[in-house]
Amino acid sequence: MGFLFYSAPHAQDRPQDEALVVGAKKFTESVILGEMAVQLIRRSGVAAKYQRELGGTRLLWKALLTGEIDLYPEYSGTLIHEIFAGLPIADLAQLDVVLANAGVHMTQQLGFNNTYILGMRKTHAADLGINKISDLIAHPELRLGFSNEFMQRGDGWPGLRGRYRLPHKNVRGLDHDLAYRGLASGALDVIDLYSTDAEIDYYRLRPLEDDLGHFPAYYAVYLYRAELAAHHPDIVAKLKQLEGRIDNAAMRGMNARVKIERQPEAAVAAAFLQEALALDAQIKPDTTFTRFIRNSREHLALVLLSLSAAILVAIPLGILSAKRQGAGRLILAITGVLQTIPSLALFVFMIPLLGIGAPPAIAALFLYSLLPIVRNTYSGLHDIPAAIRESAIAIGLPAGARLLKVELPLATRSILAGIKTSAVINVGTATLGALIGAGGYGQPILTGIRLDDMGLILEGAIPAAVLALLVQGMFDLIERFILPRSLRYC
Amino acid sequence: MLRLKNVTRHFAGRPAVRDFTQEINAASTTVLLGPSGCGKSTILRLIIGLLEADSGEIYFQDSLISQANVADLRPRIGYVIQDGGLFPHLSAKSNVSLMARHLNWDTDRINARLEGLSRLVHLPLDLLDRFPSELSGGQRQRVSLMRALMLDPDLLLLDEPLAALDPMIRYELQQDLKGIFKEMHKTVVLVTHDIAEAAYLGDDILLMRAGRLVQRGSMQALLEAPAEPFVEQFIRAQRDPAKAIAKAPAKGMGESL
Repeated sequence: MGFLFYSAPHAQDRPQDEALVVGAKKFTESVILGEMAVQLIRRSGVAAKYQRELGGTRLLWKALLTGEIDLYPEYSGTLIHEIFAGLPIADLAQLDVVLANAGVHMTQQLGFNNTYILGMRKTHAADLGINKISDLIAHPELRLGFSNEFMQRGDGWPGLRGRYRLPHKNVRGLDHDLAYRGLASGALDVIDLYSTDAEIDYYRLRPLEDDLGHFPAYYAVYLYRAELAAHHPDIVAKLKQLEGRIDNAAMRGMNARVKIERQPEAAVAAAFLQEALALDAQIKPDTTFTRFIRNSREHLALVLLSLSAAILVAIPLGILSAKRQGAGRLILAITGVLQTIPSLALFVFMIPLLGIGAPPAIAALFLYSLLPIVRNTYSGLHDIPAAIRESAIAIGLPAGARLLKVELPLATRSILAGIKTSAVINVGTATLGALIGAGGYGQPILTGIRLDDMGLILEGAIPAAVLALLVQGMFDLIERFILPRSLRYC
Repeated sequence: MLRLKNVTRHFAGRPAVRDFTQEINAASTTVLLGPSGCGKSTILRLIIGLLEADSGEIYFQDSLISQANVADLRPRIGYVIQDGGLFPHLSAKSNVSLMARHLNWDTDRINARLEGLSRLVHLPLDLLDRFPSELSGGQRQRVSLMRALMLDPDLLLLDEPLAALDPMIRYELQQDLKGIFKEMHKTVVLVTHDIAEAAYLGDDILLMRAGRLVQRGSMQALLEAPAEPFVEQFIRAQRDPAKAIAKAPAKGMGESL
């Protein structure tokens, strides 16, 4: 339970008048629910910042504990079985108590239960008169196709078969998306699904009732910090208006409007708030252009800060490596190891130290940018011919002047090449920053992957590629400007 | 002026200079002559402090050269190496004036000195705006000489300065060097393996072999009274072009060069 004592010192004392921060996981339903909270906060006249598509439950939970986010949508099943796994929590009331100990409050559940269910084609189910899972016992001839995870999980097929005493022999494990298509084409009769999947309506499926209550409940709730209740009771009251208001069909409909009809999450959330709470939310639709400007600003900030810090640190390290053999071996080894850490892992390692958002992304990008510059500074200095190095000594220049007037100018080409390599890696890797809330060109890429929308993916990928080329071109220009003509083409 | 006392230096266990004790005369040209690997270049590098002696002492104007003071002595010593060691990123002018600028000489003083040196080494001033890569080998060595002389040193060390040049250029530069040495009245130590060059430029010749002095004196003395057979062997190991043709009439001219 170590995470209960977890704290990031910087985040605790955020001033009250600052914007509230709403988090969301990286799947559509969570993004829609987060969007609703954002709109409710803004309607109360309080500024809200939306950290959407953060990379994982743990990340959000920790960010909530440290106060980097003020609230986010979560599921009761995730809290009980994942975050508080090992604690005996029987119901939502007990969960409330455990949460309160961590300084976190929870709304009542919002009205839907996004858990595993089984589904059939509507027409097929009607023909056979099947409404609930128990009804399957009478039809052992049905062909079952389950996602691989469902086949493995204890509460998946093995548990389900035992609980209902299902007689079916024809059971296959396959990819979830393929299962939908198999069902639609008639190759399969029963598949597993999440109860709020947008595809349920799209493929005209009939969810079968879990009449023995086998699957754990995944009720959606909002988690929020105790301080929010103290400082913004009106906002908490507004959130609580959503309790019990979103049923499975409503959530499924909203998921479908985003995933299948491609409506923006903000519009879908606003429409629901208007319909359910009669709140006419004034949402500013995010145009492609404003999104592009925001992503560019965030991405540039990540790249410029991390790269300039890396240049300032790596060149002296490279000089030290070239001058002191022992230190050099150590420095090159350490920066080399940093480079071998998979970039996503490096981003995640920074979270306990720096929380979420731009700071940990900048720190990770900084570490990632060191090696090419250190190595090229080292080799640029190391490769200066002995005759030239010795001439500088022999004419009487002291060490500092030798470095500044002779050695560094001669290593400039190599150092600039290192910086260029770092810059290109940096621009590309910065797209991962979106996973930890740093925004940038990674944001449309993440959303595009989530919605299977190639246009959105390109909205992030193309500017990132162009930026990499621009940065490279900029350093080519710098090189032309600062290198004397005698060194340019050697 | 310059005194070496029991100087010994090894490279990877092999002695390069052994127990070498000699005094170099002021205001004359001393030539260190000998085959490759005889230790003559090592002696120059020991004097300028690019190498440290394993044992022994070197005195320059009565001060013992050490790692502590060699940096202060270097501005009083000029050093030229085979391929010049010019800084490729600086123009010839910047190469020559780098140290003077470091010492905060004013521009007028630097320009006056550059003019004087360009006259001395016979290098037109306008060539000084070029980068080393834009100059010929001979021009580069003239620039290198200017750089060595910029601070008006008391001692000039030349390590095979002409070895990489073609014969015509070398011939011309040897003549110029002779004139320069005469005009400057400086203490010069020249390292070469070219006997004719040693004879032409040297007032005093130290013939070395395997890190030791074999014989010291004028070329005349070495020729007339060789101290050991090696002296005669080394000095005679140079082909006379006329005789080369006579001995090998069938072969082409290229062979004899």
